[in-house]
Amino acid sequence: MSNTINLSINGIAVSVEEGKTILEAAQKLHINIPTLCYHKDLCIAGNCRVCVVEQAGVDRLVASCATPVSEGMEINTNSLKVRNCRKHIIELLLAEHNEECTKCYRNGHCELQSIAADLQITNPDFIDLVPDKNYSIDSYSPSIEKDDSKCIRCQRCVRTCAEIQSVGAIAVAHKGAEMKISTFFNQPLNEVVCTNCGQCIVHCPTGALVEKSYVEQVWDAIADPEKHVVVQTAPAVRVGLGEELGFEAGTRVTSRMVAALRRLGFDSVLDTDFTADLTIMEEGTELLMRLKAALFDDNPDVALPMATSCSPGWVKYIEHKYPQYLPNLSTCKSPQQMFGALAKTYYAKNIDVNPANIVSVSIMPCTAKKYEANRPEMKDSGFKDVDFVLTTRELAVMIKQAGIEFDQLNEENYDSIMGIGSGAGVIFGATGGVMEAALRTAYEIVTGREVPFNNLEIKPVRGLAGVKEAVVLIENVRPEWNFLEGVELKCAITNGLENAHQLMEAIERGDRYYHFIEIMACPGGCLGGGGQPFPVDNEIRQKRMDAIYSEDLSLTLRKSHENPEITQIYEEFLGKPLSHKSHELLHTSYVKRQPY
Amino acid sequence: MTTKIKQLKRIDLIFNHEDDCKEILKKSFDRTNEEVINEMVNSGLKGRGGAGFPTGLKWKLTAEVKDSPKYVICNADEGEPGTFKDREILTRVPHKVLAGMAMCAKIIGSRQGYIYLRGEYKFLVPQLREELRKFHQIMDELNLDFEVDIFLGSGAYICGEESALFESMEGKRGEPRNKPPFPTECGYLNKPTVINNVETLAHSYTIMKYGAKKFRELGVKDSWGSKVFSVSGDTPIPGIYELELGMSVQDFVDDFGDGDTKAVQVGGASGFLVPRKRFAKSHIGYQGKLTGVSLPTGGSMMIFNSSRSMYNVLDNYLDFFQEESCGQCTPCRVGCQQLLKGIKAVKRGEKPAAYLDKLLKLTDTMRLTAKCGLGQSVANSFSSIVENFREEMIY
Ligand SMILES: Cc1cc2nc3c(=O)[nH]c(=O)nc-3n(C[C@H](O)[C@H](O)[C@H](O)COP(=O)(O)O)c2cc1C
Ligand code: SF4
Repeated sequence: MSNTINLSINGIAVSVEEGKTILEAAQKLHINIPTLCYHKDLCIAGNCRVCVVEQAGVDRLVASCATPVSEGMEINTNSLKVRNCRKHIIELLLAEHNEECTKCYRNGHCELQSIAADLQITNPDFIDLVPDKNYSIDSYSPSIEKDDSKCIRCQRCVRTCAEIQSVGAIAVAHKGAEMKISTFFNQPLNEVVCTNCGQCIVHCPTGALVEKSYVEQVWDAIADPEKHVVVQTAPAVRVGLGEELGFEAGTRVTSRMVAALRRLGFDSVLDTDFTADLTIMEEGTELLMRLKAALFDDNPDVALPMATSCSPGWVKYIEHKYPQYLPNLSTCKSPQQMFGALAKTYYAKNIDVNPANIVSVSIMPCTAKKYEANRPEMKDSGFKDVDFVLTTRELAVMIKQAGIEFDQLNEENYDSIMGIGSGAGVIFGATGGVMEAALRTAYEIVTGREVPFNNLEIKPVRGLAGVKEAVVLIENVRPEWNFLEGVELKCAITNGLENAHQLMEAIERGDRYYHFIEIMACPGGCLGGGGQPFPVDNEIRQKRMDAIYSEDLSLTLRKSHENPEITQIYEEFLGKPLSHKSHELLHTSYVKRQPY
Repeated sequence: MTTKIKQLKRIDLIFNHEDDCKEILKKSFDRTNEEVINEMVNSGLKGRGGAGFPTGLKWKLTAEVKDSPKYVICNADEGEPGTFKDREILTRVPHKVLAGMAMCAKIIGSRQGYIYLRGEYKFLVPQLREELRKFHQIMDELNLDFEVDIFLGSGAYICGEESALFESMEGKRGEPRNKPPFPTECGYLNKPTVINNVETLAHSYTIMKYGAKKFRELGVKDSWGSKVFSVSGDTPIPGIYELELGMSVQDFVDDFGDGDTKAVQVGGASGFLVPRKRFAKSHIGYQGKLTGVSLPTGGSMMIFNSSRSMYNVLDNYLDFFQEESCGQCTPCRVGCQQLLKGIKAVKRGEKPAAYLDKLLKLTDTMRLTAKCGLGQSVANSFSSIVENFREEMIY
């Protein structure tokens, strides 16, 4: 049993659970204490010192994020002493900070800028410490740019990369005045273990870490009359974009987003959900083939569990850290890349446009997708399959640049072909969604019946928990699937690479056995991706997740194999899942990489 | 050279070579833990590492925590420039330090101790290992399950700060932690830990041998006992001296100065500069009821004569801090750079003299908000030098 602690903040009495911090107690009273190094997702660092407050009877100020409450404590969050110190601390950070706010991607979204504005720091006293501004930018990665001149050394990125992602691509180097956030031997981000997931970006309070932007290239393509520009939108974008454009977290803006994309000038607005459904057909069949090889043919070489391959951050992670498990990775490309390969083949033929003139753009909740599109393998159409990848945030930027009043737009539908997606495709945006979509289809293929869950909602695989497990008993199968009769299909789902790391260790130790594992690099799955709006925490992730599942429920089409465009593409173009054509366009291979 | 006005009493408790370690320990082990803790508390011994926390209380608090394992760590990081008293103690009377650790281990219930040895003192390792061999034999004979290992530091000054020291021992980057929790509850490997300075442990041996009463025959109220000082700078007799606590800086200067002493820096870079006009009113000891100012020190006493530029002294200290700050917290990382760049700018005439007042206010913020003792104490030397030698900063 935990005890209740009584204290007062700014003269107002408050009671909180023992072990809570002063900051949490203040939040309960709706007293705002500015913070920078603090983030709900991360362990406490207490290094920025912006959140210092005065405690009666204590000479020095205390860091409210790091100090537990104690009985009878009297706190002042706004005394003269606190205000003077807080202002000094922000002035010091500004002295170290490249203050070219108007040229910064985070202008208007910067936590340092916002606190500085509140404190009205108009005439700072201190000497500028910013080194040569151009030299400090690492822009070699196709996904992430790191600009040390904007870094405030809060170590939120370092904690994110280590604690949430278990990657450790960035760490603190040197001490004193030289202290900085660096990579292994200060190599550029594209040459280290960085998975490009972009979680460091969504946890960075300033513009020190941002995605590499391709907005200008996309505007150029749209302006080029020779080009036919197609755009695909990932499932999680529709539940995140609204946050950048004045809507509450968790608002679904799918059809407004479609309208906006059309107004931006894209020639065709299509849906990644379509290739999510296609992924289910290919990957579901691949899983059944692997199960057949293992259970029926007794082939000892078949790699199980099969792991999903839609998350390019996870793919790069396994390539670095668990290369011995690469055969376990599904050979299916991600929905983005399947779409890209088809845009310049199937789609080009269908609308009779020279694929050389097609520019294929994708809107993703993800920064690793930028990297993925640039992988050398991703040219199976004979061209670069996906030309430019924009994050949800970059799309919001384009919408603002175009002067579109987003909330005034009429709702519009996707174009066709490759514009129809099922609810199963939509839920790809949430952790557990690929598993659920795959089960909806695979179970039905094998048994001829719907999955035995009320309303198709496979609840055990849903939610923000780090590791989820599900067992599905397969019974009364169709004759051709006899070898699966009575089999308990064992599944696991993780989100966030630290959880993936835990799962892989459990599998490696032999503690756990599964047939199928779904792994998403980001917390909450794609809806919590590195390309989604700032800020993010579990409350916001949950709202986006609720929106995803409500979108699924709102559709009549909720199973991938029932998508008419899927039937059509197999009839007209691919033949059947895992066909020769499928292998050529929709499947890929992986590379073993250095573990550091 | 002028003739000596006065000589301070030289104390010989730490370095006298007594080899009755086993007997003393046995005597202490025969007493109840409570008795020994009371003896320590009554002695009034305060930590000699600089912060001056009452040692008896530290042991008592750790003894009361119900968690295991517990650790005893001897802080031998001694990174303060110009300080080498811990090295001297570990060279000449290491058995006393180990005996102090064993006594503490018995009381708090620890089975593992470490000496966190400054990297530069690696040359001491062979002789310390020999000493440890003898010590472990005594532990066997006295039936105390307690082992001590040496952990070699990495050479960063900040690793002498206790929580950064734990981080460093745990294989992490040497960055101070948030406090609370304190080491008594949550130290090395997040377990209850007593961490004491080399000299503190050696004093506890003295207390065990002669009793608290005898210990308190030296020193003054709130600052009992003797202390080992590293005397350096403009003095004809630099070196290591054990002196009584409570002495005035005047008495110290009369004994150790060269007749032309302008100021004394008490406590190294993180300590205070005492100008001549304050010699009489400043005393060496811990905060307490002394009249005048009490100046704690880890042991460094640096004497400056009138040929010294106080600007250069401050410039050196600030350069040291801006390099040795771990760099994690804003007031210290950026503050130190601002102070250093700031005094340079004033000196060069790029900033007006009044800028020094802005910097003084900044040191106030650093003292109030820095995460650890390093950043908090930069204000000490800065304000005491700038306030007393303002002209030297400007012209
Ligand atoms: C920056 C910094 C450096 C320190 N370096 C040392 C050191 O080298 N040796 C030491 O004993 N204490 C050092 N301390 C003090 C320790 O944190 C701690 O207070 C001490 O080891 C406790 O022992 P004591 O109570 O016996 O003095 C340092 C403190 C700070 C803030
Ligand atoms: S005060 Fe300095 S040394 Fe201490 S934690 Fe802060 S930056 Fe590190």
